[in-house]
Amino acid sequence: MTTDPQNTLTKATAIEFKSNTFTVPVLVISSNDLDVINDQIQKKIQIAPDFFKNSPIVLDVQSINKNNLPIDFTKLTNVLREAGLLPIGIRGGNGLQNKIAIDLGIPIHSVHNSPVIEKKNLEDSPPKIKSSHSETALNTQATLISQPVRSGQRIYATGDLIILAQVSAGAEIMAEGNIHVYNTLRGRALAGVQGNLGARIFCSDLQAELISIAGTYQISEDMRGIVRNKPVQIYLQEHTLIIKDTA
Amino acid sequence: MARIIVVTSGKGGVGKTTTSAAIAMGLAKRGHKTAVIDFDVGLRNLDLIMGCERRVVYDFINVINGEASLNQALIRDKHCDQLYILPASQTRDKDALSQEGVGKVLEELSKDFQYVVCDSPAGIERGAHLAMYYADDAFVVTNPEVSSVRDSDRMLGLLASKSRRAERNEEPIKEYLLLSRYSPERVKIGDMLSVNDVQDILSLHLLGVIPESKSVLTASNSGVPVILDEKSDAGQAYADIVARYLGEERPHRFIDEKKGLFGKLFGGK
Ligand SMILES: Nc1ncnc2c1ncn2[C@@H]1O[C@H](COP(=O)(O)OP(=O)(O)OP(=O)(O)O)[C@@H](O)[C@H]1O
Ligand SMILES: [Mg+2]
Repeated sequence: MTTDPQNTLTKATAIEFKSNTFTVPVLVISSNDLDVINDQIQKKIQIAPDFFKNSPIVLDVQSINKNNLPIDFTKLTNVLREAGLLPIGIRGGNGLQNKIAIDLGIPIHSVHNSPVIEKKNLEDSPPKIKSSHSETALNTQATLISQPVRSGQRIYATGDLIILAQVSAGAEIMAEGNIHVYNTLRGRALAGVQGNLGARIFCSDLQAELISIAGTYQISEDMRGIVRNKPVQIYLQEHTLIIKDTA
Repeated sequence: MARIIVVTSGKGGVGKTTTSAAIAMGLAKRGHKTAVIDFDVGLRNLDLIMGCERRVVYDFINVINGEASLNQALIRDKHCDQLYILPASQTRDKDALSQEGVGKVLEELSKDFQYVVCDSPAGIERGAHLAMYYADDAFVVTNPEVSSVRDSDRMLGLLASKSRRAERNEEPIKEYLLLSRYSPERVKIGDMLSVNDVQDILSLHLLGVIPESKSVLTASNSGVPVILDEKSDAGQAYADIVARYLGEERPHRFIDEKKGLFGKLFGGK
């Protein structure tokens, strides 16, 4: 048998597997009532339509399984797809759910590598953290961004978010953990978006349009007195945002 | 293989077509075989600025639809035989452009040309996306005002995420800032953002500053790219830009206020 070496070479380089880390929001399901789920998803989407449009998500069904709430996984997937979300994984599923997921072309993710963050109801969660000094960095892996985040771009990190370049006005960065921006922050920065009251925002030049920690926010008008070009940190103290020099 | 340059901005009316015509002519005059494509389907004004509107037989869309060959549609410039124009259609609507169609035309042009300049329509929708999708280099034309800078920033985000290079995880598009319609006098009285302000916001490599200049209108009225008006400030600014793009070092000009006679006598150092 003869092989044309030229030919084999082109064939050999046709594809390449690369390892890459992506940040994907996790949707934690805690009810088996599809109408309620649909309702609440629609409400969330209304808040940030662009963010959720065609957004990939991983479905977390641990909680309903723990509480023995049976759910029609096929229908659930349909509800999400109709809402414009793209389920790309299931987590904490039982044998049957996992099988259906695979049939639907949805991969199974293990629960262990990223701990589920307890989703708090922002309105009625009592201030569980008394002192502002509890440095609760959630132990999910940090996401590192070294390119500028431009106007119109959104970044969501399930853990900490570290950005080395500038964040432009009109950009939005969100993290379930802390946010570090080692450059000018001009856009919107939301840390602790799943309710982590201990999350903080650090940046080397604060010119943000909006900053928020666990749902408590301030807009740029409220930040007029802030000195530019100075590294600051922002944290929550008794439901109030504190902006302080890190120096 | 041609280098594909997109001239883009987000915001409309900032000088993309003026710039496309000028730099395409500049590259061609230096001996590089260059094609310039009008992506602004339905509006068509690159051919007016290039002064070839009366010689349009076939257009970009005819080529995409296979109704004409590239050679039939390309118009050779009357000032420079290294420059060819592929005009847009005035009669079709924007949906006539398809991604595969554009890809095929660019691929065919790449075999024969050294530079292909794509004049993008305004906005960040389909037409602008198609114009930048295959690009190697992006000339981001910005006027020194907040809304133009913001739109450029938005476009930079799309260049970094929605281009073929981004999708294939290749080396990103090289981005250059062209600050156009600059008027040092208006910067001084706070009417306009300064070069530094704009660079601070966009943090982008500045390829050149093009002054606000009457010569641009004169040139476009007579259908001659302004770069051929070698005496004009805008023409010189574009010549500098082409030179810097090709790797030459040239000090930046047109950033500081011109000193009038009074200034020269009393204010100058
Ligand atoms: N440096 C300049 N000085 C003065 N006028 C200029 C300059 N550059 C462009 N103009 C004028 O601005 C107007 C818009 O220019 P041009 O058509 O090149 O912009 P464009 O970005 O291609 O617009 P569109 O978004 O509609 O395609 C024209 O009337 C042109 O003559
Ligand atoms: Mg134009």
